[in-house]
Amino acid sequence: MIDIQIQKKLDSPTGQMSLDVDLSIEKGQIVALFGESGAGKTSLLRILAGLLRPDTGKIAVNEKTWFQSEPKSFSLKSQERNIGFVFQDYALFPNMTVLENLQFAAGKKGTINLEHLLELNELGDLKHKKPKNLSGGQQQRVALARALAQQPEILLLDEPLSALDDKIRRKLQQHLLEAHKEYGLTTILVSHTIEEIIKLGDWVIELHQGKMVQQGRPSELFASKEIKEKFKVTAEVLSIELKNDSFEAQLLVQNHVFTMAFSKKQGDSLRPGDRIVLASNDFKPNMYKK
Amino acid sequence: MIWDPLLLTLKLAMVTTFLLFIISIPLASWLAQTKSKLKPLIETLVSMPLVLPPTVLGFYFLIAFSPGNTFGSWLNEWFGIKLVFSFPGLVLASILYSLPFMVHPIQSGLSSISPSLKEASYLMGKSKWETLWKVLLPNSKPAILTGIVLAFAHTIGEFGVVLMIGGNIPEVTKVASIAIYDEVEAMNYGTANFYSAILFVTTFAILLSVYLINGRYLKPFWK
Repeated sequence: MIDIQIQKKLDSPTGQMSLDVDLSIEKGQIVALFGESGAGKTSLLRILAGLLRPDTGKIAVNEKTWFQSEPKSFSLKSQERNIGFVFQDYALFPNMTVLENLQFAAGKKGTINLEHLLELNELGDLKHKKPKNLSGGQQQRVALARALAQQPEILLLDEPLSALDDKIRRKLQQHLLEAHKEYGLTTILVSHTIEEIIKLGDWVIELHQGKMVQQGRPSELFASKEIKEKFKVTAEVLSIELKNDSFEAQLLVQNHVFTMAFSKKQGDSLRPGDRIVLASNDFKPNMYKK
Repeated sequence: MIWDPLLLTLKLAMVTTFLLFIISIPLASWLAQTKSKLKPLIETLVSMPLVLPPTVLGFYFLIAFSPGNTFGSWLNEWFGIKLVFSFPGLVLASILYSLPFMVHPIQSGLSSISPSLKEASYLMGKSKWETLWKVLLPNSKPAILTGIVLAFAHTIGEFGVVLMIGGNIPEVTKVASIAIYDEVEAMNYGTANFYSAILFVTTFAILLSVYLINGRYLKPFWK
């Protein structure tokens, strides 16, 4: 159980912002932090990791105080928090091979089976390579494996999958889910991608300008409640033009682009960049197996 | 003996570089990460030898450590240390004089490492010291090599400081650069040329090797 109740003034691109968060996270969950960039998601992770010190408030993990501003100011060192952190830039040590990176993280305890961890992340063949000789997806897997090698209780991921292409991302999401279960972790991840959050998260917390605006189960939170249709997708309008008497729009749904026709009335208000919900009560699409 | 000044120069450069390395690692790593208000002051002091005439440093050194003065005579009486016109004095002055050449490259090398490497290491439970030795320094090898070589070459090239506080005592403080001056004064151009040519070739070779190694031209031979 993680209890965080903190305040901190942050400098953001839009001037000073106050991060003010009060939340609890159950043990064993995967919690996603969601929100636009600059909302304070990464800062919140860094505060939990002890890399950034809040101005006021308290943090307790399993009843143990990690941070408090009063009565007596106290902050547990990052070294003693036992947190696995996957950085956005992966932060792999360039002077060490993949295996050495894992060994360094595992420390002298040596109770974890590194070979198994390497196999789990499909890194067996790469273990003697230096990070600079790996692709982005491989580096990400090393970063995840390295964070697990130190046998943390809490795993924090700062947009780890954002730079990767679709196929690799899906595979890594699977790795992450397996590892989360196998090692009994509490995982907190920062993500922009709704698809990813629905797939991975048990709980999602949305931040806006440093404040929590809503939280809940991802499937409930992202489905707006007014619409009760059976079929529903969110799409972004890429382009729209008038053809004869109707509009033809290019839409982006997740990572797929398709073309759709709209009536003049429907299409009139649409502009490129708009987000729309496509919904239907009576949806009978053609289906092909891939 | 004709080789004495050269050997003395070599010995001075090696001892100075070794001690400078030991001093500069903690100093440079402190400068690279501190947020202290003292930082600009310390940085200024470290950089002073770059712009200050060596004679100024030598002059104050001479004043401070002269046995005729309180501090100098105290050192001499209590510890038997005589820093003026002696080899240890030469080493101390050289350390001060070459300090920026060692500290600056290492400091900038350490500063250019992504902070997340350091943070990752801390989160793995590693101390600051272990992080410095196992993560930060190994990833600053080119900067450290540059620092070592520049400090070494700069010590070879010293003249003013050495002359002021070392004088010109054969086998004790008469290094090659001073021997050259000496020989020219005595119109022994042949000997002066002998020393000069050796210094010229040596420093050229040292600097060339740094640029070759750090430019990765020698990658097949250097891992």
